[in-house]
Amino acid sequence: MATRIGVVTFPGTLDDRDAARAVRLAGGEPVALWHADADLHGVDAVVLPGGFSYGDYLRAGAISRFAPVMGEVVDAAGKGLPVLGICNGFQVLTEAHLLPGSMVKNDHLHFVCREQELVVENASTAWTRDFADGQHITVPLKNQDGQYVADERTLDELEGEGRVVFRYEGVNPNGSRRGIAGISNVAGNVVGLMPHPEHAVEAGFGPDGPRGPRTGTDGLGFFTSVLHALVG
Amino acid sequence: MGRVVVDVMPKPEILDPQGKAVANALPRLGFGQFTSVRQGKRFELEVEGPVTAEVLDAAARAAEQVLSNPVIEDVVRVADIEADAAATTASAGLA
Repeated sequence: MATRIGVVTFPGTLDDRDAARAVRLAGGEPVALWHADADLHGVDAVVLPGGFSYGDYLRAGAISRFAPVMGEVVDAAGKGLPVLGICNGFQVLTEAHLLPGSMVKNDHLHFVCREQELVVENASTAWTRDFADGQHITVPLKNQDGQYVADERTLDELEGEGRVVFRYEGVNPNGSRRGIAGISNVAGNVVGLMPHPEHAVEAGFGPDGPRGPRTGTDGLGFFTSVLHALVG
Repeated sequence: MGRVVVDVMPKPEILDPQGKAVANALPRLGFGQFTSVRQGKRFELEVEGPVTAEVLDAAARAAEQVLSNPVIEDVVRVADIEADAAATTASAGLA
């Protein structure tokens, strides 16, 4: 039986279809989860996709945190359920206190959309085990409120505990502290990042890669990682 | 009907890109005397009846738990808006 990966849709979520497609291409079975339904329907992992949930009113991710489904996600994450937050999903995870820090407006104030090179700094989380430590990957990045901030002590802790999972390479596209693109919780089952792996999973639709234009599929590793973590 | 005002500001150590953009625009409009701008949020919370100590306490908790994110923001004011206005008028000798 295929591993079932839940993909949550909030009002204003944009990338739930792409995330579900990424799960399918990796060999899993995507399960649609609804923000107002306090039930994870027995899924083996959860993806919080990108978008502008609840219009980003108040703060990005601030209102989604109180959606009925999030109570279940927080409980299950505490028991080890793999959870991946992408972009707005990462913002939801920080507002829900599953991950430390927060995102504020990009330092240059512009919406940024580019193919972004990242360094995988921790290849032992549930969502990165198919990568190698130090591996360079390229996936799309698109955000307005993508500047990762946290106090110095929290940043030191993240670095010391190996919880900086991804760092921007080449250019820091939004002024994030210490070039941090993604982090994990202590156990490594909860990972959040601003860039979008779900948009780089099939040749013909992803970023440019070594095999030619739009051949990049580096995002697929996130989804195969969690499938391997769950089966292994 | 009572009204509580809650003011939330970005923490001093957090760069405020929106305030900076406003600060850069002001001199172009002839307001050259302002050396810095920080942009925050103001919430007005209405209640049936007067603003009691309990109402203010609940507003303060809402401000800490929902209206602000302590990682990036400080709650700088939780106050009864009418009482504040009356005090300001009185201190200005206009009452």
